[in-house]
Amino acid sequence: MAVLTAPRKETREHTAGRPPARKRATRVPPVVLAFVLVPLLAEAFWVFWPALQGFYLSFTKWDGVSAPEFVGLANFREMFGDAVFRTAALDTVIWLLLFGGLSAALGLGAALLLQQERRGVGFYRAALFLPVVFSLVATALVWQAMYQPDGLINKTLEAVGLSGLTHAWLADQDTALYAVIVPALWRQIGYVMVLYLAGLKGIDPVLYEAAKMDGATRLQQFRHITLPQLSSVNAVVLSVIVIDSLRSFDVVWALTRGGPYHSSELLSTYMYSTAFQSLRLGYGSALAVVIFVLAFGVIASYLVRAFREADA
Amino acid sequence: MTATHTPAPRTDPQDTAPAVPRERRRIWGTAGFHIGAGLLSALWLLPIALVLVTSVRSFDDVAAHGVGSLPHSFTLDGFRQAWVDGGQQRALINSLLVTVPTVLLSLLLASTAAFALSRYDVPLRRTLLLLMLGGNLLPPQILLVPVSRLSELLGLYDSLYALIGVQVGFGIGFYVFVLHGFMRSIPPEIQQAAVIDGAGPWQIYTRIILPLAKPAMAALSALSFTWIFNDLLWAITVLRTDSQMPITASLIGLQGQYVSMWNVIAAGSVIAAAPTVVVFLKFQRHFVAGLNLGAVK
Repeated sequence: MAVLTAPRKETREHTAGRPPARKRATRVPPVVLAFVLVPLLAEAFWVFWPALQGFYLSFTKWDGVSAPEFVGLANFREMFGDAVFRTAALDTVIWLLLFGGLSAALGLGAALLLQQERRGVGFYRAALFLPVVFSLVATALVWQAMYQPDGLINKTLEAVGLSGLTHAWLADQDTALYAVIVPALWRQIGYVMVLYLAGLKGIDPVLYEAAKMDGATRLQQFRHITLPQLSSVNAVVLSVIVIDSLRSFDVVWALTRGGPYHSSELLSTYMYSTAFQSLRLGYGSALAVVIFVLAFGVIASYLVRAFREADA
Repeated sequence: MTATHTPAPRTDPQDTAPAVPRERRRIWGTAGFHIGAGLLSALWLLPIALVLVTSVRSFDDVAAHGVGSLPHSFTLDGFRQAWVDGGQQRALINSLLVTVPTVLLSLLLASTAAFALSRYDVPLRRTLLLLMLGGNLLPPQILLVPVSRLSELLGLYDSLYALIGVQVGFGIGFYVFVLHGFMRSIPPEIQQAAVIDGAGPWQIYTRIILPLAKPAMAALSALSFTWIFNDLLWAITVLRTDSQMPITASLIGLQGQYVSMWNVIAAGSVIAAAPTVVVFLKFQRHFVAGLNLGAVK
């Protein structure tokens, strides 16, 4: 009664064309249907249904108490004139480029440095990886101590004779955003490193042997073997980074709440404070839709990739 | 950052370079590697060391010498204040009350779905799989307002049940996707043998597939434990009362309550980080494997 084979590419037509006996054999038992339906319903209840409501709410004006009032595209029109929205959008782009770019580049660098199995390498890897398990809130507070006027960073600057650079890092509009990116990077690089380490392990050493026979320098080997061989990992890292960047919330919330004067505001923090502190739930939902649209391109390409894998 | 360390050729008959300089170069290379990697690790561990040190200093010491100075005192007062007065004991219990059931429930649900989707010809199999994954990839911001509303309607607002519900619903998609990939690679013959012996789907799931999927389940449990334990956004969306808040939110509260009392805040951070560090150290291999399971396949 049960299906025996692992799923192959079986289209409806194939199944329909089968002799009846075989067809009965492929009928899915009710228990198995329940196995899928229960989790699917749980997800539908807590994710898909709310998501649809979220889109609807973005077209409304709502204070959370009285009934939502439909206002069409007014929320989105308002964004054009909203200076804080512009700051938040720009900061999100900076975050994406700096946090994303640096964590990819430094994660790859760390993976290259620590890829070879040799004595002590496990310790180094663990050291870089350890922050990954911390909550971003704890990470943020650790760094807040570092950034204090009498904290380690300023003390170090003074000690090396750069006291001119000492700073209230988080309280200064010019440095707040960058000061928030550093802890986020500190935590993310180990994660990206792990992904790249796995990718590097998958490269056939024969390729390097051959390249060396042809007299390729290390740089050439990196450019013509390592990078192309890592392309699938790159795609994953890129998706992870973009999705993480748009979701980033905890670290900013714990360090600055988007301040001072919105200078470290991201779309995600602005969305949260608009919805839950200013109680403008409709406008907040519209901001969430903007985040969704930005993420959608990445999600779509990730899903296309996943689709191919599920197919293979 | 050094250049790529390609696998060093151990015996290379064509290499005619004299043995002694090559040996010396290898030693220098090793030394350079350890200096570079050691400095990098030290830089990475420095903030952690700083927090550990700060957490055992007294308030007067921190106030007098600054957070960046060497310790002049040793006391566990910061821990006591964070744990008792700062409410972190309650918060840690809340976190565990949410995290443990959520991990168990989402993995149970995800594993049944992955089992069905990977081993049976469920209609629309692939579409369902991607739909579920897609739900997990949605930015949570789009769900925040409706989810808080939904939990209010259900009478679950400000209760840990709401947090468990949304965490399970939101996480399931990813776990299904990962477990599906893993279960698909189990050879069909094993299942066929069980079917011939008269086993039903439930028996196949519990007796064969689940035990075989143990490594993937272990990896996902370690990973999801840290994710759920570390979450802040969902918690502050569906909870309101301080006594209900998990450890991440409590830590932010601590920061407001004990402004510039760095010994207390540092102690709080240590308490909040300890459980995930323990899980990480215990399941290090599974943990790292889990990150790769999800991404690099």
